[in-house]
Amino acid sequence: MSKNTEVLYGLYNDEEILLDALRNANKKGIEVMEVYTPFPVHGLDDVLGLSESRLHIAGFVYGILGTMTAFGVMTWIFTRDWPIIFGGKPYFSAPAFIPITFELTVLFACVGMVVTFYTICGMGPGITNPVLDDRITDDKFCIAFNVNDASNEDINGLKSFFKETGAEEINTKTI
Amino acid sequence: MSAVVSPIREPLVNGGKTYHQITEDICSPTERAPSPMWIAAFIVAVACLGFGVASILWTIWQGIGTWDLNRTIGWGWDITNFVWWVGIGHAGTLISAILLLFRQKWRTGVNRAAEAMTIFAVICAALFPGIHMGRIWLAFFIFPYPNTRGPLWVNFNSPLLWDVFAISTYFTVSLLFWYTGLVPDFATVRDRAKGFRKKVYNFLSFGWTGKAKHWQRWEALSLILAGLATPLVLSVHTIVSFDFATSVIPGWHTTIFPPYFVAGAIFSGFAMVQTLMLITRKVLKLEDYITVAHIESMNKVILLTGTIVGVAYLTELFIAWYSGYVYEQFAFYNRAMGIYWWSYVGMMACNVLSPQIFWFKKARRSIFVTFFMSIFVNIGMWFERFVIIATTLARDYLPSSWSYYTPTWVEIGIYVGTLGIFFTLYLIFVRVAPVVAIAEIKSILKSAGDQYTGPNAQKHHEENKH
Repeated sequence: MSKNTEVLYGLYNDEEILLDALRNANKKGIEVMEVYTPFPVHGLDDVLGLSESRLHIAGFVYGILGTMTAFGVMTWIFTRDWPIIFGGKPYFSAPAFIPITFELTVLFACVGMVVTFYTICGMGPGITNPVLDDRITDDKFCIAFNVNDASNEDINGLKSFFKETGAEEINTKTI
Repeated sequence: MSAVVSPIREPLVNGGKTYHQITEDICSPTERAPSPMWIAAFIVAVACLGFGVASILWTIWQGIGTWDLNRTIGWGWDITNFVWWVGIGHAGTLISAILLLFRQKWRTGVNRAAEAMTIFAVICAALFPGIHMGRIWLAFFIFPYPNTRGPLWVNFNSPLLWDVFAISTYFTVSLLFWYTGLVPDFATVRDRAKGFRKKVYNFLSFGWTGKAKHWQRWEALSLILAGLATPLVLSVHTIVSFDFATSVIPGWHTTIFPPYFVAGAIFSGFAMVQTLMLITRKVLKLEDYITVAHIESMNKVILLTGTIVGVAYLTELFIAWYSGYVYEQFAFYNRAMGIYWWSYVGMMACNVLSPQIFWFKKARRSIFVTFFMSIFVNIGMWFERFVIIATTLARDYLPSSWSYYTPTWVEIGIYVGTLGIFFTLYLIFVRVAPVVAIAEIKSILKSAGDQYTGPNAQKHHEENKH
């Protein structure tokens, strides 16, 4: 991490209260840095204005790649590299290639998407990302603000926002 | 609370849980010292595993001659066990993928353990073709890699090779799907742990923090993986059935095999899930998460698939008669009335007749009946594969080469060994990972918790208001 970020965060007890707080923040035009939840909360994407994940497009591309690899390699081997007659069938016996083509399509799409997912999320074996509060993966819902360049006044404003919207705890942490 | 209250729908999480209680209930078994019962079960499982390893080493050292296979019966317990294990391995992905697409919420209580079971079952299954090759040190020949023998390639037209691709793909995809689901829950365990445990779970959780965007991607990924795993799970047993159906042996050469095998796989897989879940929920005290409603739902699937399998058996008999083809007719006459008639009776009794008890709601909701039924079904499905393989091969076209097959201690040892591998891995899994998907249970709490649904919901709701 190049630069440490000063974070002011509030913890909420329920996802409904969190969603209301975020709507409130939107109304006031407060810029939210990040929201952390213990489970996927429905409606959060809309409130935060997150665009739809494009992971499925990546998956489609990987899948097509798998289809072409499997079908292409089998065709090349059986018509060019080493043609053998099996049971009097033609060298290019497309129906017999279907099962492996299907399996490799699924394999490429899945492996590709999972690798893409961890890469774009900045996760993977051995990677440690800063945790704001240990209870976020348990039962607390967290809104975090970046207060690197915030004045005392701004910080007090954010704190009163947390109090107004029903946050249980307000803390700061440098990550 | 703005959650909708439904007094009709049966709750899937009992005990009026809060989010924190869910974490506590599901994580605590991994944090306690193992119970004496767990240790005893683990010792038994490892002992079976050890016997299995010894039998496998004996097979590799001496050769396949240590099995009682002969010129006529080339497939015996090995392929029977292979198909049996692959079949068991179908329930996990079915529960987590197909039921995710159908938005069945009861999936969340059992999907984690069922997927783990799938992975362990596929490991056991893959072992058998591996050893059966005879020279296991040349097992890599089954993969199409550029080599100095020509390059001489594998036969892409062979269903046995399709099997290699199907099972390795299935294993990889199931593993990725399962692990991606586990990552947020490992993070939960990590944030509760201290010292060395924290380091271990920090590694396992891949640096998960629970950001809104990550959850969104995680959900998108789960949905697409489910979409891909659904045709995959159907393709795997279809391809296993091709091993038989594309041959020219009477009794195997039938078009009914793929759907019939897939239904049988789901049938046996759910039975194994029931066996494991009934023990797990009791031992780990998870009765509030794996409820009688879950058990009933799975029993309905068992009843449906068992009946499909029954219809398939009868269809086979009818077609054999209706085809007017004497070899086919003989094959089926031989299955029911031949030397292995007892395995046919076992198959019919365990797979077709006994599941009919689940037409009664009382039986579906009885833990005692469910447990015994789940064992019956697995015995029945083992017999089914034995009937298809050994009975058919024992009486082939030439009466002069007819023979009989009984397993040697080595074959029994390898089978016991795979049970050992399966239970050893499962027992380690329940000690290391959250057995129920914590995040997913939390996400359905407000629509399926007993504060919000079921007969007590209104009462809770009124209390909360005041």
